[in-house]
Amino acid sequence: MSRRDDTASWAGAYAPYDLVKELAVAVGVIALLAVVLTVLFSSPDDRPSTVAQWSRQMPVDFTTTAVAELDGSSTTAGYGPPYNHNGDGQHIGPVRLQKWLGVSHPIDTANDYVIDPLRSVPGNTALQRAITAYQTAPAKLQSTWTDAYTKALGKATTGSGGSVNVAPGAYGPVPVMMNGLLALAQSGGLDGALLTSRQFYQTDYTKPLLFMADGGLLAQRAQAQHLLGNQWGMMNETGSYPGQSWLWLYTLWYQIEPFKSSTNADALVMLLMGVLSLAFICVPFIPGIRSLPRHIPIYRLIWREHYRAQQGT
Amino acid sequence: MNFTASGTVGAVFNLNHPAHVVHWHFIQLSVANIVVLAAMLVVFALALVLPFPGAARRRGSGS
Amino acid sequence: MSVVPPSKSSWTARTRERAVDALPPEKLLPDGQPTYVASWIYVFGVATLASLIVIVGSGAILSLKGPAWWHVTGVGHFFNSIHLWAVELFFFTMVIHLWGKYWMAAWRGGRARVWVTGAVTFVVAIPAALTGYVSQQNFDAQWISTQAKDGLNSVGVGAFFDVTDFGQMYSYHVLLLPTAVIALVVAHVLLVRRHGVVPPFTLEAKRLAAQPPPVQEGRATSAADAPPVRHGAPS
Repeated sequence: MSRRDDTASWAGAYAPYDLVKELAVAVGVIALLAVVLTVLFSSPDDRPSTVAQWSRQMPVDFTTTAVAELDGSSTTAGYGPPYNHNGDGQHIGPVRLQKWLGVSHPIDTANDYVIDPLRSVPGNTALQRAITAYQTAPAKLQSTWTDAYTKALGKATTGSGGSVNVAPGAYGPVPVMMNGLLALAQSGGLDGALLTSRQFYQTDYTKPLLFMADGGLLAQRAQAQHLLGNQWGMMNETGSYPGQSWLWLYTLWYQIEPFKSSTNADALVMLLMGVLSLAFICVPFIPGIRSLPRHIPIYRLIWREHYRAQQGT
Repeated sequence: MNFTASGTVGAVFNLNHPAHVVHWHFIQLSVANIVVLAAMLVVFALALVLPFPGAARRRGSGS
Repeated sequence: MSVVPPSKSSWTARTRERAVDALPPEKLLPDGQPTYVASWIYVFGVATLASLIVIVGSGAILSLKGPAWWHVTGVGHFFNSIHLWAVELFFFTMVIHLWGKYWMAAWRGGRARVWVTGAVTFVVAIPAALTGYVSQQNFDAQWISTQAKDGLNSVGVGAFFDVTDFGQMYSYHVLLLPTAVIALVVAHVLLVRRHGVVPPFTLEAKRLAAQPPPVQEGRATSAADAPPVRHGAPS
């Protein structure tokens, strides 16, 4: 392949070597190691969070997130593809793969997270009137209500039973809607509604997960477990278990500039890791990289018996 | 708030507590990951230097 | 041996002949190795393979009772733990194997495809593991999926690979990606059998020239010498 590749076929001696026995022994050893590690350490299984738990433990955070979903100011609302067209997503120069691959999993945050679940609540005419009042109001008025309510939530207190109390203000029908949604969430009904809104059998948790990720509960738990991005969390596991340490180079880039402060950090890191992975696959063809082993003679340790035998003859 | 499942019944060591993290400049690594990485380096070094059995058999095959 | 007169148009006969030409039985399963295979670094390939076998075995047991089983029984949790630790052992041994093969420049002598299949296996093993982590149906899965989606969405992959879609991720994890990893590992191992384990670097001629001339009888010292005593393998 290269003019320096003087590797000829081995025409030297062979010694008995039982490959099948070696594999059998290896499987036995690895299985035993896995069992020993299991007996010593087991494995982590932190219970998942639910929307019900979130709304009960952090009702102000839940309500603030719900208002953001309603008025389109949440992360998911402005995400862009693959969820909606409200943003262009990330890009690298003129290459906008996120935008070009389109909306494949449409999420309309106002309807999916607030209006439709509230419409399914039976027997609460005041709530239904509030929803109608909101939907028929002009957009500017809707924004006035949600902006004022969001500001008030910044100083909200939690009442007994997990209710949210804000100072009196001109919020229109928004408080009635939000209190209705909070009650639905705290009863567990919103978890089910978000999951089975399209069909009975469902294995796609995108909607409830994105809703929770827009709020603070998952991030709060993650921070306690050193799983945040700026904690090198990609490599870590819950508890004190080893994590995906092979992701060290993926997470390293996020910690340094220009990636750290870039709005296109994800795309840049994915591009860089794509290039490095390709280079890794193509090592035999890269000058310099492919000849380094010859110059740093770790091979002399590996083949010392062979070289000694050569010198001995 | 205790979110941990009880599935670790039977484990000799309970690792279900927040990790100890080592900070060095901008690098943050959990102790568990450091142990894994250190173990890899140690095992690699040992693999290079420890004698491999069967030397006499290999010498015999050459003559 | 053909049971009918061989036909040039028979795909079966052509496939068989090509397979046997490339890998006759004594090459597919040799009972000897070159005498330079004399280091513990050589066991990390088979250790990686063994880890993969334990991963698949423990994964098969987990799939017998479905994805929720391990959360509610001690036996299920036991096999989940085996599966997790086997994955750690898999990456542990694979990376050490990779380090050894790099410092041996094991792609030499027409073995580039061996390196390439091995490297692609490593790259494919990463999403194989990721799909497992997001299929756990616990808090770790919730967090990893809501974070990983951003990286994948940023380059358009999220449009057809949704890490928050448990059903899709479970399918990739249990069937598609293990099949890809196993196919790559099989190709990798067959290529190693085909080409043999890479011979040592030849030391510089100057150093060899400084040594006493080699004794030729019955003992091979380099590829250029006369055919040696063999044990098992044809090349």
